[in-house]
Amino acid sequence: MTSTSDDLADYALTARGLTKQFGGFAAVNNVDLSIRRGSIHALIGPNGAGKTTCFNLLTKTLAPTRGTIIFEGRNITNLRAADVARLGLVRSFQISATFAHLTALENVRVALQSQYGKSFQFWRSLDAVAPLNRRAEELLERVGLANARHLAASDLSYGKKRALEIATTLALEPQVMLLDEPTAGMGHEDIEPITDLIREAAQGRTILIVEHNLSVVSTLCDRITVLQHGELLTEGTYREVSSNPDVISAYMGGVDEL
Amino acid sequence: MNMRLLWLGLLAVVLIVAPFFTYPVTLMTILCFVIFACSFNLLLGYTGLLCFGHAMFFGGAAYITGHILKTTHVSLELALLGGVGAASLLGLLVGWISLRRSGIQFAMITFAIAQFIYFIMLQMPFTGGEDGMQGIPRTKLFGIIDASTSFEYYYVVLAIAALSVALFYRIVHSPFGEILRAIRDNEPRVESLGFKPEHYKLLAFVLSAGLAGLAGGLKATVYQFATLADVSFPISSEVILMTLLGGLGTLTGPMVGAGLIILLNDYLSSFGEWALITQGIILLIVIIFFRRGLVGELNALRRKMRTKASPKAPASAEFASRSPGA
Repeated sequence: MTSTSDDLADYALTARGLTKQFGGFAAVNNVDLSIRRGSIHALIGPNGAGKTTCFNLLTKTLAPTRGTIIFEGRNITNLRAADVARLGLVRSFQISATFAHLTALENVRVALQSQYGKSFQFWRSLDAVAPLNRRAEELLERVGLANARHLAASDLSYGKKRALEIATTLALEPQVMLLDEPTAGMGHEDIEPITDLIREAAQGRTILIVEHNLSVVSTLCDRITVLQHGELLTEGTYREVSSNPDVISAYMGGVDEL
Repeated sequence: MNMRLLWLGLLAVVLIVAPFFTYPVTLMTILCFVIFACSFNLLLGYTGLLCFGHAMFFGGAAYITGHILKTTHVSLELALLGGVGAASLLGLLVGWISLRRSGIQFAMITFAIAQFIYFIMLQMPFTGGEDGMQGIPRTKLFGIIDASTSFEYYYVVLAIAALSVALFYRIVHSPFGEILRAIRDNEPRVESLGFKPEHYKLLAFVLSAGLAGLAGGLKATVYQFATLADVSFPISSEVILMTLLGGLGTLTGPMVGAGLIILLNDYLSSFGEWALITQGIILLIVIIFFRRGLVGELNALRRKMRTKASPKAPASAEFASRSPGA
């Protein structure tokens, strides 16, 4: 992946020489990553490969030790999570990240408030944000939660919580969505609706997803980056990656170590 | 909704006739602590911040309000506003320092600063040190309303308390309050949605400090003196007890807790140390058996009965953020 300036224009998100050291241990070591605009890109690797650390670096949850991150031509290496969210790079969380004691509608409305400019108005009633309700309901409908809008997030099933989280993320209309193991801990019957939802949400935007479930990756993702021991192992389509002997041995090796 | 109005009307009637049957000073003390409990609830119940030194705003404002009244004799509301302003400024400073940390570290920083404020109040000449600040005059409200007897003054305090509770309700149910509750539930997620949580927490802290200052200033005008007890740690811990007893994260729980604790203190005051021991036992019982507090348990019971009556009715959130009626 050599990058000329022509190439750069096609990528929504690129990282160069990304490194994160915890003490003497490099969890992510000198990783180059380019996410093509409009693609669904997966980040996979055996346990401990540094996927989540890499993900946290890209979403600004962690500060990198070295390396640069470019988002839509802009160097975001030193920005905060809140700042990159406003630029259009929004993440989800591995552990379901809803607001447990808020209703589904309120969950989405919180996200909508971030661009509405009334979020410091403590002297106004909630009528001040009532114009957001329609958009919030549209988003809930889109993820199949229209009937759940007045339920507390904590009362939703696991699959519905993930759907709510996607609706909340979509509320920001991000150019790039970073999803951290969106199907983790889900049964078969829940996985398909969520992958359909992700495919639908991908219309007109770029998605980077960290995922364990390889069948999800194979059906959903255009391009796959494989990490091992914090370093880039290979990159390509699912067919290329899955037939790569290094990848096979990395996964088999991972099993042997267990 | 009509049920709620009915209950509110009933409560209003009870509050209006209460001083005919009960000692007004006790009632006023309850009302002051209701305001104080609301200010604390805004932080712990709706933002998830445990402030371990809320007495610094309460007692600090008591001294400032008292000092303004003693030296200038301005009308009452200006002196109270002076106390609120001073407490808010202190809140801005303390929040700016302490909100860099969260959880137990935040609690310990607020505790340390509160101890520091206590020491300052002990040393400053205007507070009267160990003797306290005595003889605070109760000037006319707006320069016209004379409420020199406790009976008359009760209605002034009641009006101020009602406005404070209304303000608290409004803050919780505002666009800002919605973000606060989201921060309480999941701060990293709020940040990932493009907010800077520390700004919201700081504003909540300043509002809470101001409201606590109003409670303290009001108490100084009720008793017409302010003492070191008002800035001391027992006040900070008592408001935590009120909140837990009434129900953490419920709208009305801490107010109910405030009433109960004050009545209990009043009743047990003749037993000296036993008051503290009883408080401790009550806290233990609440923590072991009634984790949701009085109002929290009542809400849970009501919800259970409602779901039993109509199995399809949705169970609402455990935090009574949407059902403030109880």
